[in-house]
Amino acid sequence: MTITGKADGPVVMLAHGFGCDQNMWRLMVPALASRFRVVLFDYVGSGASDVSAWSPERYGSLDGYAQDVLDICRELDLRDVAFVGHSVSAMTGVLAAAQEPERFAKLVLLVPSPRYIDDGDYRGGFSAADIEELLESLDSNYLGWSAQMAPVIMGNADRPELGEELTNSFCRTDPDIAQVFARATFLSDSRRDLASVTVPTLVLDCTEDVIAPREVGAYVHAAIPGSRLVTLDATGHCPQLSAPEATTEAVIGFLAQR
Amino acid sequence: MCRTGQDPPPHAHQGPPPRRGDRSPGDTASDAVFSALLEDDVEELYEEAPCGYLSTLLDGKIAKVNATLLGWLGYTREHVIGKMSFSDLLTIGGKLYHETHFAPLLRMQGEVNGIALELKAADGTRLPVLISSKVKVGSDGTPQLIRTTVTDARDRRAYEAELLRRRREAEEARREAELSRKAEVEARQQAERDRNRLQGVLAVLQRSLVPPTLPQPEGLEAAAYYHTASVDQVGGDFYDLFPIGGGRWCFFLGDVCGKGPEAAAVTSLTRYTLRAAAIHDPDPVTVLSTLNTVLHQHYIGGDPRYCTAIFGTLTPSDAGFTVRLASGGHPPAVLMHADGTAEYLPTPGGLLVGILPNARFSAATCELAPGDTVVLYTDGLTEARIGPDGTRYGDEALLDYATDLAPATADKTVGALTTLLQSFGDGLDDDTAILALGIAPAGSP
Repeated sequence: MTITGKADGPVVMLAHGFGCDQNMWRLMVPALASRFRVVLFDYVGSGASDVSAWSPERYGSLDGYAQDVLDICRELDLRDVAFVGHSVSAMTGVLAAAQEPERFAKLVLLVPSPRYIDDGDYRGGFSAADIEELLESLDSNYLGWSAQMAPVIMGNADRPELGEELTNSFCRTDPDIAQVFARATFLSDSRRDLASVTVPTLVLDCTEDVIAPREVGAYVHAAIPGSRLVTLDATGHCPQLSAPEATTEAVIGFLAQR
Repeated sequence: MCRTGQDPPPHAHQGPPPRRGDRSPGDTASDAVFSALLEDDVEELYEEAPCGYLSTLLDGKIAKVNATLLGWLGYTREHVIGKMSFSDLLTIGGKLYHETHFAPLLRMQGEVNGIALELKAADGTRLPVLISSKVKVGSDGTPQLIRTTVTDARDRRAYEAELLRRRREAEEARREAELSRKAEVEARQQAERDRNRLQGVLAVLQRSLVPPTLPQPEGLEAAAYYHTASVDQVGGDFYDLFPIGGGRWCFFLGDVCGKGPEAAAVTSLTRYTLRAAAIHDPDPVTVLSTLNTVLHQHYIGGDPRYCTAIFGTLTPSDAGFTVRLASGGHPPAVLMHADGTAEYLPTPGGLLVGILPNARFSAATCELAPGDTVVLYTDGLTEARIGPDGTRYGDEALLDYATDLAPATADKTVGALTTLLQSFGDGLDDDTAILALGIAPAGSP
């Protein structure tokens, strides 16, 4: 967990999605830190978290990840949190805010998807077979994911923000943990939870995103009462990396509103 | 705009290639130079490289691709350039991996090496590949495009699949071993519980074959000891001491052949037969004859069961008590006198009880005076092995021991014999019962 920024500023919590860790936010943190107290963390099982605290039971459903968010809020005694969740973490935030709404002031759902698999009229963007193939590919990429693969030490001359860290260790997860996280993510269905959101919510989607297409963003916007929808002029599923300025601007703009 | 390898730009050639006839035969150095000159076509090096090349704009649109990769995928250049994105070439799993891992890594590090993905060919077949990408930055440091090499990884994928299969097999084997180890532990614990329960039952049964507490007759001292050789087996030794009225007492001590539940059943039958017979007629020979008849009848035609036993009566006399006893095949009692001497009470000729329909038993009589003690025992004592060569303790040693011990009260005698039994250690491999009856020495309270 990392706490940075303005110590007495309003709290912004940044939650990473499936696959990576809090480094996902590094291009947005400097701009946010000048106004907010920024809380970054890795879910248990991801990034630099204590893997011994991980269990397949707790982290087999999104509730376990929502508990991580609430645990941090309780431990730091956070209130009026502006929660920014990327990808699956958007739904984690929805679940956490439904459980303890008094903790949260606002939600920013960055490229959210409440359900990845198509279901009747609902278009999540993936067929059940697609998701099966994804889960299999996690296995077939076993050597690529394997923690035993020798990491490369990268110098920090041209990217001082990284320091002397192990490259490729970023985004690397234990294959078994990744498999459980992937199942929790891509087999989940949080559509019913959207209506329970009572805090002001901003939905951010991208012009082109193969994982969370625009119609999914529109669905989330329609399902959350009083939410706002902004479509970022960005491609891919990680606008905080591909279009950090626009993403930051949208987030700050929304949080600044009374 | 892109060119094909078959249509090289004119500037690619730096001059006409040398002709073979210009070289002197066997000149290997000029062979190498000649070959190198053939490789001066940069465009062809790109197009026909043994790996796929791909350049994409930052939004993923494909800007340039080499002939090798087009050939692998079965696309034409017109299909791909400016129309398809890199992720369009990927399977669904690959797309997600690309979005969640590959692209973030590439943005952070500027390059990514050796990522395993699958490409989708035009005809829908899958091509396992290894991808390496590097961001090309302009002179001002801003990223311009992404260059990617694609290596055919079918062999590697097969190898990985094999590794994965072996790993799963190993894990499966480990799980099975763990399960069988658990089952083994469980079975051992169950066996331990069963054994404890059985030992509990056996201990209760064993206690039922001897009096719970030994009575202390008026004017007499009585003491007994029972050594259990095995907690897993009920022994066949027994003894008892009980009044029959008029200040008279009966006692017996014996040893049923064999061990275990069958022996215990015979012991129980023996004990109650002796007590019942004694009430009817306490004459020792009569009592043993009754027991003989009962045991013999009970087991006729079946598994023969028999025992050895000494049965006796104690009748108050002027000096103390008159002891009258009879033996059926049992080791003789030891009489320890107040004057420090000791002797066996011979009962020769007595037969094992229960073997023959009409057995003869021999009787003996002695007087117990103050300071005298009579000791009955089973052969566990005299048959104990005391030497490395298996030498048994024996009758003589016992008599010597009793002589050294005399005079001794019943308590002291049993205490001393208990210590003796314990000194045998593992040499004492049979159940052993000891019963001592004596009269307190004159002048003692």
